[in-house]
Amino acid sequence: MATPSGLQLPREDLLRAYRMMCDIRAFEDRVHEEFATGTIPGFVHLYAGEEASATGFMMHLGNKDYIASTHRGHGHCIAKGCDIKAMMKEIYGRRDGLCGGKGGSMHIADLDKGMMGANGIVGGGPPLICGAALSAKTLKTGGVAIAFVGDGGSNQGTTLESYNLAKVWDLPAVFVVEDNRYAESTASVWSVGGSQLKRAEGFGLPGRKVDGQDFFAVYEAAQEAIERARGGGGPSLVHVETYRYYGHFEGDAITYRTPEETDEVRAQRDCLNLFRERVTAAGVLDAAQIDEIEAQAKALVDEAVAEAVAAAPPGEQDLMTDVYVAY
Amino acid sequence: MSRKTYRQAINEALAQEMRRDPTVVFMGEDNVGGMGAPGEDDAWGGVLGVTKGLMPEFGRERCLDTPISESAFIGAAVGAAATGLRPVAELMFVDFMGVCLDQIFNQAAKFRYMFGGKAVTPVVIRTMYGAGFRAASQHSQCLYPIFTHIPGLKVVMPSSPYEAKGLMIQAIRDDDPVIFLEHKVLYDDEEEVPDDPYTLPFGEANLTREGNDVTLVTLGRMVKFCNEVADKLEGDGIRCSVIDLRTTSPLDEDTILENAEETGRVVIVDESNPRCNIATDISALIAQNAFDALKAPIKMVTAPHTPPPFAPELEDLYIPDQAKIEAAVREVAAH
Repeated sequence: MATPSGLQLPREDLLRAYRMMCDIRAFEDRVHEEFATGTIPGFVHLYAGEEASATGFMMHLGNKDYIASTHRGHGHCIAKGCDIKAMMKEIYGRRDGLCGGKGGSMHIADLDKGMMGANGIVGGGPPLICGAALSAKTLKTGGVAIAFVGDGGSNQGTTLESYNLAKVWDLPAVFVVEDNRYAESTASVWSVGGSQLKRAEGFGLPGRKVDGQDFFAVYEAAQEAIERARGGGGPSLVHVETYRYYGHFEGDAITYRTPEETDEVRAQRDCLNLFRERVTAAGVLDAAQIDEIEAQAKALVDEAVAEAVAAAPPGEQDLMTDVYVAY
Repeated sequence: MSRKTYRQAINEALAQEMRRDPTVVFMGEDNVGGMGAPGEDDAWGGVLGVTKGLMPEFGRERCLDTPISESAFIGAAVGAAATGLRPVAELMFVDFMGVCLDQIFNQAAKFRYMFGGKAVTPVVIRTMYGAGFRAASQHSQCLYPIFTHIPGLKVVMPSSPYEAKGLMIQAIRDDDPVIFLEHKVLYDDEEEVPDDPYTLPFGEANLTREGNDVTLVTLGRMVKFCNEVADKLEGDGIRCSVIDLRTTSPLDEDTILENAEETGRVVIVDESNPRCNIATDISALIAQNAFDALKAPIKMVTAPHTPPPFAPELEDLYIPDQAKIEAAVREVAAH
């Protein structure tokens, strides 16, 4: 079902949103391919399939707004404005990567862009976001802060404590539970007791559930939550029902779900396809523009990979730097 | 200059820094006290009254009470530090680190490194440690070796009111995450403390006694005990140096090694449990770098490898006291 407020977005916003989603998809599909070749060190957790969630929220944010992300952070980084080439270099562990090759996929961050980091600790982000929201409130920056957690992170005490702290401190914060149905291999229908919305309600937070495959639905729910926070109306929660196409991590044999389930979501509920169908049917963007954005995203990621492969790793001189500001 | 308690010295440091810098805020359980309750405002000022009196001057926006929810508010202090504030968060007892350690060691300590040198996280975590209050196993530990182990944290242990004020002001102005450990038995100790703000440097130990026979390396509450033992033994012709480390991270290795080389006899007094603690760390430092200068085996005086006991008789046995320190010094002096 089309949500009119979304389709009434200015054309440039629709283009920007689609570009974000395409950049994320192209990035993740390519990392998936490259990881299989053995050239990327460590662990990567891909966001493909969930693009509408990060994009629907980040369309409302600027550099004064902070987010904290999860293991599955590439999409949030890209949508928050992190440099895609520097991100790719970081994932390859290069010296001029976004974090100097010291963070990697699970710790990718850019505080100048308001991106407080992917997080290697499930549930690590929500307390930090209470702090970023406290800074915004105390320093009167007009900013808001958003914690993304997965369905797995929604079960951590840190997340639930943060709902409470945000409420009692009346913080400009939003908690987004990106429920992609699986925490590692464990289904959220099993691991989440009660409901996300009733959990929010129990802490006095307004909550809303949205179809995370529908950019326009996410956009609208995000707008409501972010405007509430920015306007002094306090914290709230959005439960985004979404789906990840790849495994928990690259290399996951994905034996806990069926390929048919994934194929069905890809065929019928893919967030890029739904966006494309919606905007072309409404006549607000044409197919040629859409195709061009997709081609540009792929070209950008091609360049990013080529540059990352060619880039130099950090050296011994970098091992001991940046532990402290001064020691 | 006036006489101030350890508690007042810390309170004054906070007040002066909050006046100087509007981004300094503090938070913790009952740090103001009485939030939402029908009685007085500023009811507690923390469980031991360290932050009492600050809220009326600085207001609730900068003097924040929290729910009993250490993961959330220690994490919030870290997140606020990374985004423009200089929070001083109180982890009431260091024993409670277990419920919020992730936010300290995986988040605060690592931001700068993981984010390629771009993060600045000027958070101070104040926390109470140490035995002597009959507070039993979950309210009496030291645990500072655990923080010292973690790259990215600075670990500070003031030994007196004068030290506490200068080190607290330094901690608040410092751009790295600082764990500031206050010994609960020292809060009512009193000495002359300057009224104006001043800082004491991290990583520069303080030589509180100078003597050529034995080097005592110590920290926190044990500095006082070591000074007493040094003064007593001087009458018996055993002259001791006492090194107050002030900070275990950074560690003033130069002062320790220079003094150990001079005396050749070392006793390390550390209130924490004996495995992988500050005493073992310094013992290894000296053994590796000043072995040839040693005239006697290094002695360590520490708590035993047990949790802190409750019964006063047992707790007194647990704490490294003046008698144990004196015996160790006499032993190395006679070697």
